[in-house]
Amino acid sequence: MIELENVSYTYGGGELLSNVSLRLQPGSFHFLTGPSGAGKTTLLKLCYGALLSTSGRLSVFEQDVAQLDRDQMALLRRRVGVVHQDCRFLDHMTLAENVSMPLMVSGRSESALQDDLADLLTWVGLGTRLGAYPPELSGGERQRAALARAVILSPDVVLADEPTGNVDWEMSQRLLRLLVELNKMGKTVLIATHDLSLIRAAKSQVQARVLRISQRQVQLAGADL
Amino acid sequence: MSKWTIRNLLKRDARADRVVPPTGYTAHLTLFVSGAMAFLAVFALALALASGRLADRWATELAGAATLRINAPADQLAAQTEAALTVLTQTPGVASARALTAEEQAALLSPWFGSDLPLDTLPVPQLIEIVEGEPGLDTTGLRLRLGAEVPGAVLDDHTRWREPLVDAAMSLRRLGWVAILLIGGATAAMITLAANASLAANAQIIEVLRLVGARDGFIARAFVRRFTYRAFFGAVVGVLLGMTGVLLLPEASDEGGFLTGLGFQGIGWLLPVLIPLLGAAVAFLATWAAASRKLKELS
Repeated sequence: MIELENVSYTYGGGELLSNVSLRLQPGSFHFLTGPSGAGKTTLLKLCYGALLSTSGRLSVFEQDVAQLDRDQMALLRRRVGVVHQDCRFLDHMTLAENVSMPLMVSGRSESALQDDLADLLTWVGLGTRLGAYPPELSGGERQRAALARAVILSPDVVLADEPTGNVDWEMSQRLLRLLVELNKMGKTVLIATHDLSLIRAAKSQVQARVLRISQRQVQLAGADL
Repeated sequence: MSKWTIRNLLKRDARADRVVPPTGYTAHLTLFVSGAMAFLAVFALALALASGRLADRWATELAGAATLRINAPADQLAAQTEAALTVLTQTPGVASARALTAEEQAALLSPWFGSDLPLDTLPVPQLIEIVEGEPGLDTTGLRLRLGAEVPGAVLDDHTRWREPLVDAAMSLRRLGWVAILLIGGATAAMITLAANASLAANAQIIEVLRLVGARDGFIARAFVRRFTYRAFFGAVVGVLLGMTGVLLLPEASDEGGFLTGLGFQGIGWLLPVLIPLLGAAVAFLATWAAASRKLKELS
């Protein structure tokens, strides 16, 4: 599904990732951990084409990301849902409009949009906050809304960059449960986090593998949780 | 760009339009520029059309006429006039020839000498008005014959002063059209600047749209549609103001000459309607080009 073969990424003369090889199987659940600045976000960005590797081959859904034009890249991103650490909402649009944006850009009809949106927001516990604007939402609500936006097109892969970085323990557990549910629906999930307690908490819920970025390389952190 | 793409670009999509905030100075700039340019275009169009009419009128009115002037002593004037008329009636290409009356000659001189000019006391030459017919006047042959039979006759076929006048009117018409082209170019340049500014100001929105899978066409549409409609509505206001200005100009009169004829006539009143459509087309192309370029830069 996502495969990296000797992928390196260099920025500003320094190598952030060096000869990384990795394979995410369909339906798998991975944590990507490591200290701040280790390259977790960079690796995620490479996986959804926001950055292009400087060497090596990265393929998503058996397509070489480096060979895709801008339109093909847009189609690929509809199959990869991303939860950003800073959520990336448009503040002049309501929660409903922000979450439904992937539906809108993919040209879905208004009625399909309304049905999917209501179901999804109820699932993440935001069914009553449709008309709220992003600055009016709490950190937890924003993260759940970001998750809803990431999965509204029912993507095959969900990438989450520090999804629990700005929320309390209870909320991080709630978000984790949602991500585990997605995995049980057959989605491939990759969560970048430096929060080891989150990884430990996932142990009882899902068969997950933990990858660690250290010295520009990705290694398996240990036995499966 | 296919017809489908253009229709799709212009089709209103309220949800997509919400993505790009409709506020900002670029909105006012586009409206003002397109309005001002349309206002100027109305006057340039009026100038071009009026000059064209003038050139056509001068060319037509003067081309079919000539004047024969008899400069002779007073006691020979009547005889030479009679001889000239005889020659003219026998000349092919002369439809009619008529000696002007004393009152008509006085009327011609009155703008310079006043209406109380004692014409009978002055050695004023006799003028004969010639109207040209088929197969056209052979001025060289006529001059030779008049030289032999009417020594005081001078033929003026108006070429000497008709051509510079027609050239001047044609130049004015060209200037009018050049002004319209420049106005179109300036509008395109200003709208390109405004679109670039808007795209740069909304770079974060573009980034978010890309992250959720928006194609360049979708992003460009949000900008192209907005700028096209703004340019159109600005131009409509500009044209209405310009046409009001033209309507308020004095009506065409012989006394006023060219300046009072600077307006539209007949079907010409419909031509300014095209200005908002052309303005919208210019805005469409300028914004599409700017958006395509900027989206490539931002990728």
